[in-house]
Parts: sequence; C-alpha cells; structure tokens
Amino acid sequence: MPTVRLSFSPAPAHVGTARLVAVAVARRAGVAEELLEEIRLAIGEACSRAVTLHRTQGLSDMVEVAMDDDERFTVRVLDHAGNGGVLEPSTADAVLFLTDPPTAGTGPSSAGAQPPGNGALPAIGALSGAATAYEAGGPYAMSEEAVAAKMGLALLAGLVDDLEVAAVGNGTQVSMSWPLPRSG
Amino acid sequence: MELSLSTRTVADHTVLEVGGEVDVYTAPRLRERLVELVEGGARSVVVDLNRVEFLDSTGLGVLVGALKRLRAAGGSLALVCGHERLLKIFRITALDRVFSLFDTVDAATAASGADPDQPA
Repeated sequence: MPTVRLSFSPAPAHVGTARLVAVAVARRAGVAEELLEEIRLAIGEACSRAVTLHRTQGLSDMVEVAMDDDERFTVRVLDHAGNGGVLEPSTADAVLFLTDPPTAGTGPSSAGAQPPGNGALPAIGALSGAATAYEAGGPYAMSEEAVAAKMGLALLAGLVDDLEVAAVGNGTQVSMSWPLPRSG
Repeated sequence: MELSLSTRTVADHTVLEVGGEVDVYTAPRLRERLVELVEGGARSVVVDLNRVEFLDSTGLGVLVGALKRLRAAGGSLALVCGHERLLKIFRITALDRVFSLFDTVDAATAASGADPDQPA
C-alpha cells in the first residue's frame, strides 16, 4: 500500500511539483541526504517522460506517481500512453550519435528528417532498432525532443541502480527504488 | 526557483546567464532566448549554467539544439558549468564529450576565440 500517491494532469508545470513531493517523502522516509538529488532528477525524468508521451499522443489522462517506504524507498511512475513496447534504457550509444556534425547540412529545421516508422515517438520505442535508424542522420537529424527523450533514458539508467520499466495496462510503469537506512 | 535568463556581451561573445530550474516546463523559454540570439546574429555564444539549480534532459535537448543551430550558422557554443552536480548529468549522458565545458565565463571566452567549431 503506497504511503503517498499523487496524480496530475499531463502539464509540464506539474512535474516540478512531483519532484518536490517525491523529495519531501524520501526525506521523511529516511533516505540518505546524498541520494536526494538523484531522486529529484530521476523522478523528474520519469514524470517528464510520462507528460511528454501523454501530450504527444493528445491524452489528458492523469500521470500517476506512487511512493512507498516498506523495505526500500520505492517510486512508481505510471503513464497511459501506448508506446509500442518496453523500452531498454542504454547509455552506451549516446556519444556515437552526438559527436559528428552533419555532412549534408539539413539545417535547424530537421524535425521532418526523423527516422521513419517511429510515429510520434522517436527514441522512446524499441531502442534496439533505433541504433540503425540514427546512423542515417545522427542527432543532427533528431529533434530536440528526440534528443531529450534519449538523454532522459540515459539519465534514468545512469542514476538509478534499481530501475524497472514494464508495460502496464496500455502504458508504461517506471519503477525505481533506493535503500533506506534500516535495510542496509 | 523558476528560470532566470540574462544576456550580456563580453568582447565578441554573447554570454547568456541561466539561473533556477531548467526542466520540461521552463526549457521552452530557454530555447526561445537561444533562437533569438542566433537569429539576432550572435555567433560565439557562452551559456553560463553556474546558477542553475536543476537541469534535466529537456534542458539538455535545448542545449544540443542550440549547438546545432550555431554550428549550422558557422558559430560556436561554450557551456560554463563548474558544479559537480551538473557535470555529472553531462557525464552520464556522454554530452561532456559533445559540448565545450568550462569552469568560468572567463575561461570560456578566452578559449572559444581560439578554435571554434572543432568537431569533437
């Protein structure tokens, strides 16, 4: 049974509120002070991702956040956006796609040069296929939103030791947990 | 604290000082300002992040966008970021190898005159 539950309409302004609440609950649960900054960033990323997915798909459904402090401090962020599969966070390839400027100048308005087949969700879908797609244009053919989505996943994977992403209902649940003092 | 933006000129460089929180809510304003600067003719842009309290992937996306715009225009972008808290975010995303990062504005303006737009 979650200690604290929070639901918010998918407005960017509410993501900051979710961060504040999560850090307050974590602090109260006794999470070590040095972990709070990571928690703030990780919950922010998970909520930003959910809000962006809902907005991209025109969904007004609430984003749900559940926090509990049984064995560990656990946060689950649930969205209702169908994104066609479970994502696989990966940091390894970020630099490959961000170092080289374009050889054929596509200019700043290259949003139309997205890899095909991803619909409105570049860089969020199955990342196994994304590597091939990015090679065609690199980040210079990716929209800022696509870069942000990719960096968001890299941050989640890099920050959270215990990260699980699972398809739940028609959306995705991002679960993260951090140790509490009594659990060692 | 919300986003704060202020621009000043140091020699040939346009320095944009950013403060507060850069996230999915505030990043569009940062993007607008950077686009204005480039469209207004700024070619050597220094973004000072030392007063930023929070930066997420949306902010990183905007900075990558600014880098692309400036390179396309033959310009350069330098970031000032002396705090470990923020540097960690650049390292995790491997963007520390994409951006030119400096501890201070002075270091950034001194360096970016020398060899701009050197692909990493």
